[in-house]
Order: sequence, then C-alpha cells, then structure tokens
Amino acid sequence: MENHPENLVQIKPSTASSKPKLTLAEARERLSSATGKRYWRSLEELVDEPGFEELLENEFPAGAIEYQNSGVSRRNFLKLMGGSMALAGLTACTRQPDEPIVPYVRQPEDLIPGIPKFFATTMPFPTGAMPLVVRSNEFRPTKIEGNPQHPVSHGATDVFAQASLLDLYDPDRSQNSSYRGEPRNWSDFHAAVDQYKVKAAASGGAGLRFLTETVISPTLAWQIQTVLKKFPSAKWYQWDPVNRGPARAASQTLFGQYAEPLYKFDAANVVLSMDSEFLSGAQFPGFVRYSHDFVARRKLANDQPMNRLYVVESFHTTTGALADNRLPMRASDIPAFAAALLSMLGGGGSGSQGFTDEQQKFLQALAKDLKANAGASIVVPGEQQSAELHVLAAQINQALGNIGKTVVYTDPYELVPSDQDAGMRELIADMKAGKVDMLAIVEGNPVFNAPVDLDFEGSLDKVGASVHLSSYRNETTRAAQWHLHGTHYLETWSDARAYDGTCSLVQPLIAPLYGGHSAHELIALFSDTPEMTPYEAVTTYWRQNGKASGDFDANFRKWLHDDIIPNTTSATRTPSPRGGAPAIKPLDKNAIEVVFRPDPSIYDGRYANNAWLQECPKPVIRLEWDNAAMMSLNTAANHGFNQEDIIQITVDGRTLEAPVMVVYGMPDNSITLHLGYGREFAGRVGNGYGFNAYGIRGSKSPIVATAEKLDKTEDTYKLAIVQNFTLIDAKASDPNTQSRSVQGSEALRRDIIRVASLDEYKKDPHFAHGELYNEDPGYEQTLYPNYDYSRGYQWGMAVDMNSCVGCNACVIACQAENNSPVVGKEQVKIGRDMKWLRIDAYFTGDLHNPRAFFQPMFCQHCENAPCEPVCPVGATTHSPEGLNVMVYNRCVGTRYCLNNCPYKVRRFNFMLFADYETPSLKPMRNPDVTVRSRGVMEKCTYCVQRINAARIQAEVEEVQMQQSDPNAKRVIKDGEVLTACQQACPTEALVFGNVNDPNSKVTKIKTQPRNYGVLSDINTRPRTTYIANVVNPNMEIGDRTGAPGKSYINPAGAES
Amino acid sequence: MPQVFNRGANGLARMSLVILGLVVTSLALTLNELQRSPYVTKQGERLEQPVPFSHQHHVAGLGLDCRYCHTSVENSSFAGIPPTKTCMNCHSEIWTNADILEPVRASYRNNTPIWWTKLHDLPDYVYFNHEIHVNKGIGCASCHGPVDEMPLTYAHASLQMEWCLDCHRNPAKNIRPRGDPIYNIGWKGPNGEHPVYCEDGTGNCSLTGPYDQLTGQKMKNAREFVDQMSMGKYLVAQYHVRPPNEIQSCETCHR
Repeated sequence: MENHPENLVQIKPSTASSKPKLTLAEARERLSSATGKRYWRSLEELVDEPGFEELLENEFPAGAIEYQNSGVSRRNFLKLMGGSMALAGLTACTRQPDEPIVPYVRQPEDLIPGIPKFFATTMPFPTGAMPLVVRSNEFRPTKIEGNPQHPVSHGATDVFAQASLLDLYDPDRSQNSSYRGEPRNWSDFHAAVDQYKVKAAASGGAGLRFLTETVISPTLAWQIQTVLKKFPSAKWYQWDPVNRGPARAASQTLFGQYAEPLYKFDAANVVLSMDSEFLSGAQFPGFVRYSHDFVARRKLANDQPMNRLYVVESFHTTTGALADNRLPMRASDIPAFAAALLSMLGGGGSGSQGFTDEQQKFLQALAKDLKANAGASIVVPGEQQSAELHVLAAQINQALGNIGKTVVYTDPYELVPSDQDAGMRELIADMKAGKVDMLAIVEGNPVFNAPVDLDFEGSLDKVGASVHLSSYRNETTRAAQWHLHGTHYLETWSDARAYDGTCSLVQPLIAPLYGGHSAHELIALFSDTPEMTPYEAVTTYWRQNGKASGDFDANFRKWLHDDIIPNTTSATRTPSPRGGAPAIKPLDKNAIEVVFRPDPSIYDGRYANNAWLQECPKPVIRLEWDNAAMMSLNTAANHGFNQEDIIQITVDGRTLEAPVMVVYGMPDNSITLHLGYGREFAGRVGNGYGFNAYGIRGSKSPIVATAEKLDKTEDTYKLAIVQNFTLIDAKASDPNTQSRSVQGSEALRRDIIRVASLDEYKKDPHFAHGELYNEDPGYEQTLYPNYDYSRGYQWGMAVDMNSCVGCNACVIACQAENNSPVVGKEQVKIGRDMKWLRIDAYFTGDLHNPRAFFQPMFCQHCENAPCEPVCPVGATTHSPEGLNVMVYNRCVGTRYCLNNCPYKVRRFNFMLFADYETPSLKPMRNPDVTVRSRGVMEKCTYCVQRINAARIQAEVEEVQMQQSDPNAKRVIKDGEVLTACQQACPTEALVFGNVNDPNSKVTKIKTQPRNYGVLSDINTRPRTTYIANVVNPNMEIGDRTGAPGKSYINPAGAES
Repeated sequence: MPQVFNRGANGLARMSLVILGLVVTSLALTLNELQRSPYVTKQGERLEQPVPFSHQHHVAGLGLDCRYCHTSVENSSFAGIPPTKTCMNCHSEIWTNADILEPVRASYRNNTPIWWTKLHDLPDYVYFNHEIHVNKGIGCASCHGPVDEMPLTYAHASLQMEWCLDCHRNPAKNIRPRGDPIYNIGWKGPNGEHPVYCEDGTGNCSLTGPYDQLTGQKMKNAREFVDQMSMGKYLVAQYHVRPPNEIQSCETCHR
C-alpha cells in the first residue's frame, strides 16, 4: 500500500498485510506437508493464510467501504453530514426538470422509434473476420452479436468483437487530421498526394511504401495491387506484431507454398495441443468455430464419444485448463517433445532422450493414444511457437493419417501471405538508407510494436513524408508527419475474410462519428480513381470477382443480408509434406526463457484504451489492468522473488522492469510476458498501465527469447488480481465442519465443483448427488408456505461446466448489454468490480500442474433468496416468474443484501461509476436498461429487458392471431429469449429458458442427473444450476490431482 | 430554594407536547400532499411549447385519428411524436402563412427539428410501453384524458406510481373493446343507452348492436354490457390480461 503510485484511495492495511508477508519459499515449504485433494482458488487459500479467512468473511477487503481520498472515515463523514443529508432527502420532493422531446423533420421510412433494428456486418481482425449481427437503436449501434446464420460464428462471438463497440464510442478517438501537429483536413492531404504522384510517376514510385496490418479485405488488397501496378517500383509490407509468421514459414518449408491448416475438432477423438490456444480466444484463428466443434464432443448429450485433450504448454491458458492431461513444458522444449513424439509414431524425428520420467510417461501414453486414434486425432501447434514445431505438428498429423480427415489444408485467409518479420526488416533498412520518400502507414502502431532493435521510430525521421491513418492518436501518430483520423469498422464499407477464407461484407451502421476516412480511401488517393468511395471500391471489386450469376445488385443485397459472399471459402489443397524432421536447437535446462504472447484482453495493445477489456479478468490468472512477468512458484522461489516484486528481465542487452506474478501450472525456468501494455499514448484509459514487453522483443527472437539475467529490485507493484475477491464460503454449508481450513475446502469441493472421470460417470451417472454431497433439503422442509411456481413462465438457467472454456465473451457481453460501468484499477484492487457475471476459476491438485475449473457465476435467482428478507426497504423482491428483481430507485444502499448473498454476486455502486458526462458514451448505452447511480445495489437480472420485449411481442402477436382464430395462443417460444451471456457463448455453455416447459432446452438439460445447484443445500433453491464436470484423463499418465489412478469423485477414500 | 417553575408550567409543558405532535403531524401531512400535488407532478400544467398546438382543434374539430400523428403507438413502446413532415402534409396547403406556424415551416425549410417540451415525462427508470397497452384494450383517454378538449395540451394524470398501480391492480376499470373505442377520446363506456355487445368466446365487441363488426352477421352468443365493471371483467379475461400480482411485479416496469 505504501508504494501505491497514485494514492487515490486510502486503505487501512488488512490484518493479512500487517503481518510479515507470506513469502513464496515459505508457502512452498508449507505445501510440501499438505496432502489430499482440495479445491482452491489461490495460494493464500491453499496454505490457509489467516488473511484469507478474513477475505472469506468479508466480501470486500478491509477498508473497501471507507470513503475516498481523505482522512474522514465514512462514519465520521455521516456524523458531520447527518443534518444536511436529512434535508437533502427532501430533494425527492422537488419538481422534475422539463425535458425536451425532439422528433425528426422527415422520419426515415423504415424506422419505428423504440424498436431496435439488426444489421449484418463483419469485424475484421488479424486472425480472420468475425461475422456479426449488430443491434441498432434509432441507428445507433448498441450491441454486437455473432451471426447465427454464419458457420464461422454460430451466433456466438469472442471478447474482442463484444468490446469493439466501446471502441466506436471511445471519447479518445482521434477527431481530426493533422500535419506536424497543425490541423489539416482530408483535402489538404489529397492535394499533397496529388503533388507526390506527379513527382513519383517518373521513378515508378521507387520511394513509395505502404505499411498495412495483415490485409484480410479482398477489396483493399485489390486496391493496393492496382496502385502497385501504377507505381511498379513501390512496395507494400504488412506488419502485425503477433503474426502468423511461424505457421507460414512452416508451410513454405513443408509444401513450398503458403497453406493454412484447418481443423475438424468434431471429428477428432484425441486432440494434442502444443502451446496452442485454440480454446482461449480470437488470438487463435477460428477460435469461435473451433471451440464450438470441440465442445460438441464434451457435452455427453449425443452418441458421439467424449474426446480427450492433451495439452503441452508453457503457460497456463484456458486450453490447458480444459486439458484432460496436461504437461507444463518450456516453450523452447516443446519442439523436442514433438520430435520425440514423431519418432515414436514412426515418422523420423529424434528420440526421447533427455526427458524426465514424468515426461517420458506422458509421451508414451500420448503416442499410444494417438496411434489408437490415427485418422481421428489432431495435433495443433501454437501460434506463438517456432516454425519447427509447426513442421513437426504437420509431420505428426501426416504420420497419423489425419491430413485430409481431421486436418485439411487450404489457401491462407490473408490475401497476400508474406513473411512479415522479414518485410519489416527490409522496410526499415530502406527507410534507414533514405530510399523512402513516402511511407503510408495504414492503421497499426509500428512505432510501438515493431522489433525494438530495428528502431522503427528513429528510421521514420529519414523518410521523406510519413503518413499514419489511424482512429487513435497513438505512438506512431506522434512520430509520423501526417495523421489522418480513421474510421471504426462500424462506420465504413469494406469486406473481410474469415479464417476459412469465407468473405463477408463490412456494412457501416453509422456515419463516421468524426468524419474519418478508411484505408480504402487512403489507398484510392494513390490510384487513378482518387475519389473512389469505399462503397464504390467494394462494389467494383465484387462486380468483377463475385462468383454468382444473375443481377449484381440483387446478389449484393443478398450477400449483405446473409453476411456471406458465396463460393469464397478457400479451396482445399492436398499438398504432401516433404523433407525430414527439422533440426532442433535445445535450450540449456537452466536457461530462463521469455515467451511473448498476445494479451487475452488487449491483444497486441490495440485495445489498450478499451476499458471493458482492460477490466476484464484475464482467464485463469484473473489479472486486470496490467501485465506481469508470470512464472512458476519454483522459478520465483528459487530466485527469491515474491509476488509483486519488480524484477529486471534482460534480453539481448535490453532490460524490462515488470512485477512478478506466480501462475500455477507454468513450467519452471519460463517467463511469460503479455504484449501490448506499457502504452504511453493510448488514451485516458490505457496510458501507464502495465509494462511494455515490446521493449525487449527484438527481431531475432520475437516469440521465445532467452533471459540473460533476472534481477530483483527493491520496488514492488500492486497488481489487481481479482481471484481472491468474491470467494464463496463453504463453511456455512457444512454443519459438521469446525474449522475453515482443510475441511472447509473439502466442503468447497463437495458443493461448488463436482466432477467425475468419464469411467466413473458411466458407472454412476448420478455421481453429482449422493452421500458425498450435502443434498438439498426437501421442498416441504420449510416453516413458510411455498410459493406456487407451477404456472406460467418460470425462468431458469443451466450452466454446463463441461462446455465452459472460460473465454470471457459472456462477461463483456453482459457488460455491454446491461450498461455496467468500469471502475478503474484502484477500485478493482479493493474489490469494487461492477461486473454482474464473473468466471470463477477453481484449482485442484498439484500446485505445479493443477487442474482448473471455470464456473460462470452470477445471480442465481434463488427461489428462497437470502438477499430478499434482509432488505429494509423492499428494494429486492421476487417476481411471480421466479426472477429475483432489483428495484434501483428503492435501494437506499444498506448493502444488507450483499452481505447475505452466499454467492457474492451483488455489486454495489460505491461511487458514481457510471459515466453520465461523456457525450460520446451516451448513444452507446442500451436504452432498455437503467444506468445506475451511486449508492445503488445491482446484479444480474436474467436480462429482464429481453424477457419483457419477447413477452410483449408474443402477446401482441397473439392479439393479431386472434382476429382470425379467437382461440389462438402465442406463448414465448423456447429460444426466443436469449440472455446476453448465452448469446455470446461460443460453446453454448449457458442455456436459459422456461423451466416450466418440459420441452424447453433448459428443462432437458436440468433433468440430466449431473445437474446440481451451487450451495443449494442451504435451501436457496437457485434457478441457475450447473451441470457437473466429467473429465476424460488418460489414467496411464494419471490425472492432475496428484493422485494418479484414484477416483475423481472421492480421491481421499471413504472420508466424509 | 424557590420553585423554578410554577404550577402553570405543567400546563405549558403538556401543551407544548401536544403542539409538537400537531406540528410534526401537519408537516408530514403537508409534505405528503405536496409531493402528490400538481406543483410536483405538473399534472394539468400547460407547459410552454414552440407551437401552440391544439389537440382540441385537430381531434374534435377536424376528427383526426390519434394514429395519424402518433404512428407507432400500436407497435412500439414509443407512440411517436410526428415529424415536421406530418404537419406539413396539410400545412403546405392550408394556413400556409399563419404566423404561429412559422416554427414548423422553418423546421421544414432548414431541416432543423422542433424541440417540444415533454408533458408526459416518466422518470428514466420507468419503462412504459404503449404497444401492449393499446393492444390489450387500454384507450388513449384512460391516461391522456380528454385531449379533444385541450386547446393547449397538458398531462391529465399525475403519472405517479400509485396512479399506475391503481389500474394495474384492477384493469377492469379502464379496459375497453379493441378497435375504435381505444382511439375514441370521447367514448364514455357502456351504459343503459349505449350498451356494448360482445360475442362470447371470441371477444369481438360491437357498440352498435349484437352484430359482428366485420361480417355484419348476428353474434352467436352475444352478451350485453351496460356498465364498465362487468364489461371490464369480461374483457380482462377475454384479452388474457395477466393477473394483478404479475403486472404489478416490479420488473414489469422497472429494469
């Protein structure tokens, strides 16, 4: 606390921190004596640190309820202000101010005010386009959903797509263009380009360079190539700091051409992921579709056998958390592992010498399993892995006969695949040599993220004219001469290809808010048609290249509507891999590697100013607002580092200071750094958070580097890790438990997470119930008469724990739909996070390789809600349809309900978190949900606004139907109401519906024997229930609970 | 030491207690009345508007249907405030030079909207929906009052929550047959002279006799209503209006 940089909030030190801090070495010591299987959420819990108990009892850390920024405590403040507060109460009797109501002059014909419209569009992203349907209230985009008719999306989205809405309305977006800081407009730049074109015509544009991000727009590629024909000596480079370089290099080695592997996870019985994040987020191309296909084989709902996932990885990703068998391994060692596997499968490669016994055992069992499932298995190499591994993965797939069955090769989705690292080197060399007289940087931020040793920023000075088109003023803007303010994808026409090559049109939903211009317009300026609009460019291109017969205009309208341009999916190639296994350079066992990964929240730094993403807890590690030097407990303890110590990491003579964060399940001697933090010119949200990993990322080792040395500094840095907030206490649920330590955790195990292996599940499908667990009390076991919920709609939800991949899409979807505010890092640190939905991560087993379980947690809408009877003003009540409703304007802020909620899902507006001031944020809000003010409790509503809208629609349609048939009935159909979280979920883990309808999807799921309620043994009767986990570990390797071969249900034997 | 207070002080003390009680009670009563008073609710207040639009003239005088201007009342939460174009449909032909219509013409000319002052201004945490009310048989006049008698429009009702609940607890008081009575501002409900006939089982109603409005055929099982409450109860059942415990649950209007 003392080192707190801003000192915004004064927090009384909690008892935990007033004692000498638990060092990691001590923790390791204490753990060595611990036995048995327990579920835990953090190290403090695992070692029974006394401060942890305090956190269990109080939802907020000590001091969180104190008033802000003064020596006046809340109690004193109330004493002083008592009189005036009482008088202030009278303001409720004052008159409401007059408000205007402003109709159109000429109302658009297709607009019905109050009824949202939905438009299909597409979000471009470096790993492929995301087809979307965007809700538009009075022509303002207010919510982004996936396109249910598009096979890439299935109606689901990822975090980046959900949060891109906030980018559109970001008040920090660039609102005007400039030249060396002086305001200019587009026509000024137009004139400058015209002049340049005359000059450059003679030399064929020898000094002209375009630097774009990875281009996935066919129209843009066509436009650039047209310009390159006009200026044959000009050059075009693409650069994304997180690029597909290794995968592309591998395909060149293997096939002599660029090829993209596509995976058919629904056809695979066994999947091996080597450092890949295909279940973690859009950083992996095709994530939404892949996770959907993968999870289809884990729902145990159809006849298809459950698949098995092996993961070998250097970090603890959600993919690793979902693995049935997981092996932590340094990124540098994974290629050798793959080579050993290849040799075991008879495809050449090196032997398995040099591996530990554990690794040997893993290898052998894995090879056996893969062989048994030849042709029905998949080996996925990670995007942040070397080209050698990609080659080896392809060779393993070849050896197993997977190619053509579960792995197919197509043309890449990039229009012009290229070696971006080499391109960047070439470009910077040209810049340094003074060969560039015009550099057009189209979006992106190379000054911030180009390899640091190449010195892009310094080279920019030697360029004749530098232009940067960007919707933000970022680091590159400040270094370039011209800044042109760009557009958001919801503001412009374009097109984009999804990971499988399918093209979709990008349709604007709103005119550019600040009159920006898109990449299409910038490129057009250099062509012979400088006035060509993006719409003209897109239609011209597709008029020539669309593969559909008939009238183009009619086709174009259909493509817009369907969000798909037919016959554009990449053709399947059948290349045969050539060459032998690549040579592998082993890394010394004691060397410390540094792995650079895109951040799960802000990707490569482009979303640094997106507060929704900044405040989204990163999966598994649950860190918000920052990155950190993440390492295993052993690595930290061996070096004498403690959590949050700032250390210096030296790579190639460059040094980065970053705080230590221990991540369970990471291999020793490996450090993971997330890219994109440490921005200086991101905007008011992103500036100054985290540590710039690009600062040590050179062109020689952009993916895995070796740390020359690690030094501890005296400083510490407070990280906002939300793992220890909102802990669910299990003691209350277990009357036999006397202490909160081991037994407490046992209770936690029994109630919150219930799990069995596939074999155990087959033997006893009812494993989630029975004597091991505290059963729910009988329905009639109550003093009070039961409310009759047998009529009408009764809303409920089922969460399939086996399907949740922990990707956070639901978290951001909920935030966008329900106008939830962000609170900032300082407030997060004291537990005032305002998100209604969180994904809890529970760990079990060996600290060095634990298994994690994800549990989406939100208001459970208990039929016997503990929050309701304690509210002194009746602000939280129960609806006849089983919703636990929150009436904001009755709430006086006693927080009794929050204290009485066993699930800790109620969030309190300690301050005015909602932004009522910023004009650009107002149109973003969902007009059907109240924007909450200070002093008000809030929580998940089951998206009651969507329920009400569906009900009104059903009832009005019934009225219309009754005009022809008086007995017509129209009820809300199953699936008509989708909650925001459910709609965003790529794996359909969340299902909402009417539990009174025996045929609804939710009822069918809830009648499965695996259905259980969290803490429902305290008779809360939650409407949200969970479907118990079933895991499928290879018992030859053993599970990750530290007890190989033992029962999942009851590993400790007959205890309890 | 002499007595500080004489005997009469007891009376004063008792009196002051009574007076204190009266003061507190009257203050409470005053505040209670004040926050329900038109001063606070603006009920009946004719707020200043850019154009002195007369509903009386347009509705009673000219016989315009509500839906000519408030176009989305049947299919949106928002009834719709007419765009300037709607005014100009007629006023490009008649009263083309009237001074009071200058703001309308200026709006149309310059493409700048007219800023009206909201009369029925619900608090932001109330989500009222016109569509469901008119479709379930609540007429315009039930909330907006006799707008056909308003040369300058004002809010007829207090729009306070108790007023909303008054109807949500007993919709039979206000429910009307669907169709014309919904938009007929002057309709007074069934009475002995003007009964309402409804066909049992279908919910079709007629104000003119036991004949089907569309086909003109005689109703099969016609029921005659001569008072609002009996018709109301019948229509509440016919129109599947949800029971009071459901429509007065908080989430119906607040979310």
